[in-house]
Amino acid sequence: MTPEPLVETRSVGRSFGRLEVLSGFDLKVEAGEVLGIIGPNGAGKSTLLAVLGGAIPPTTGTILLDGVDVTRRPSHWRARHGIATSYQVPRPFLGMSVLENLLVAATFAAGSRGHRAQAAAVDSLQRTNLERFANAEASSLRLLDRKRLEVARALASGPRLLLLDEIAGGLTEQEVPELVELVRSVAASGVTVIWIEHVVHALTAVATRLLCLSYGRVLAEGEPAAVLASPEVRRIYLGLDPEVAAPAGGPDA
Amino acid sequence: MTDLLSRRSASSTQRVSRWTPSSAVGTSAGAVLIVALAALPYLINLATIYAMIDLFVLLILASTWNLLAGFGGMVSVGQQAYIGLGAYSLVTLADLLGVNVFLAIPIAAIVSALVAIPVSYLAFRLVGGYFAVGTWVIAEVFRLVTIQIPQVGGGAGVSISAMSGFPRDLRIAVGYWVALVCVVVVVGSCVLLVRSRFGLALTALRDDPTAAATSGVNVDASKRLVYLISAAGAGVAGTLIAISTLRVQPSGVYDVQWSAFMIFMVVIGGVGTLEGPIIGAVIFWLLKQALAEYGSAYLIGLGILGVLFVLFARRGIWGLVSRRGRVDLFPVGYRLRLPDQTRRKQ
Repeated sequence: MTPEPLVETRSVGRSFGRLEVLSGFDLKVEAGEVLGIIGPNGAGKSTLLAVLGGAIPPTTGTILLDGVDVTRRPSHWRARHGIATSYQVPRPFLGMSVLENLLVAATFAAGSRGHRAQAAAVDSLQRTNLERFANAEASSLRLLDRKRLEVARALASGPRLLLLDEIAGGLTEQEVPELVELVRSVAASGVTVIWIEHVVHALTAVATRLLCLSYGRVLAEGEPAAVLASPEVRRIYLGLDPEVAAPAGGPDA
Repeated sequence: MTDLLSRRSASSTQRVSRWTPSSAVGTSAGAVLIVALAALPYLINLATIYAMIDLFVLLILASTWNLLAGFGGMVSVGQQAYIGLGAYSLVTLADLLGVNVFLAIPIAAIVSALVAIPVSYLAFRLVGGYFAVGTWVIAEVFRLVTIQIPQVGGGAGVSISAMSGFPRDLRIAVGYWVALVCVVVVVGSCVLLVRSRFGLALTALRDDPTAAATSGVNVDASKRLVYLISAAGAGVAGTLIAISTLRVQPSGVYDVQWSAFMIFMVVIGGVGTLEGPIIGAVIFWLLKQALAEYGSAYLIGLGILGVLFVLFARRGIWGLVSRRGRVDLFPVGYRLRLPDQTRRKQ
């Protein structure tokens, strides 16, 4: 018998009014995977993460964590059971310091107390290079640092499944490899990652599997290079002419 | 290079502290102030002492309403339900059941919190403006039910005889000390609450409920607990009103004006901080003392002031004080001792 996937969705759908953002979505993510998700704007990527994290309940379908149905479990329950979310539009606790932001996650999601929670928060500060901002109010951070804080807070919750939503956008060419290295080290420590990103070369550097979403459906899925080379992905997402063969190095240049 | 430095500093333990210079000063000053306030009845006239009880009631109301609205995000216009419940619980316990009047105060607070449990399940079905209106309606229901109870005087109200054993001067002084103990306990509890693990959840909830939930905070349970705590606080305020005025009337204790006062104090002081409601209560009390003779014109003045604060100083007076960075008068925050700062001190 094969072990249960860490997280699984069975024909998950989500509609907003008459707009069907996700429909009949099936996904299995094994522990230790780094699943990259690409797709045009409005493809349902962020909705998928919100449904997995519990912020938005699905209209149809089932979500399983370790093979157990968690569809009706609220966000805080999922956070306490190892699902951490880093939102696309950062949602820091603005009136709290950066350190306190991380302490919330370390205390309530990871369930640590006192010095252990503080150590987890400080560790997460260091991994994301935010230590110098530790005592600054989150409201004083610039957008990019708020994005870092978003990732740091997710890490401080000691996740088993890390949901990242467009964390590389806006970073400089020097910063992207640092971020890739961070995700790689997180994955190496045994955390499963689902990462939505438009900066495709960042994604292909760490993703073990790539999935392209379009209009709430899976357009292509599999080995990253193969997905990027597939005609549908090239036409719909990358906006390239599918008749022209992909360059040997892949489109991550 | 920076990585190496930060790794090394990580091994040093005890790097997070709760105290700041401002909170050390603020908390010490608070302790001195409490001692000074305790000695006050020996120093000033009884009329002023009587007015001070009013200030303590306002402090309790502002601090607990702020927990509810400022931290919990629940703008209630119906906390007078628990002011009335507290006042009537005290009368019932002390006069009808013969419980010691001082013991009746904490019991009345517990009664308020217990009644708040079923009420919360009703009120929490509503959010935002609907919650505000709903809580007001619930408070009116409390008033209408009270009027139907002849044992506590119905619509005419009831006088309290539990304090009649004291001569007048001593009675006012005792009322003052009781109110002082209550304000220290309630405001102190608010400080400890915000400082605690639960306070961390509460502050996160104040800033972003969605992100708080994805960080593992049980938002609904936290809100309910805050609602119960602030109901207990309003109940304590009600008992103090009863003890100091010696008469409880439904039209007085269930007056929606209490909610207007609470909103005013918290808004001008600074919503969502511990310091703000204290400042707001003191300012409101001073204005009340200075302008009371102008009758309704004074209420219009308060209204204009409140509107000005909402338009131009949304974070209140405390927000203006700490606009260059957070200032805490109580040790509720967490600060990381950064490596370069420690080095500078050595």
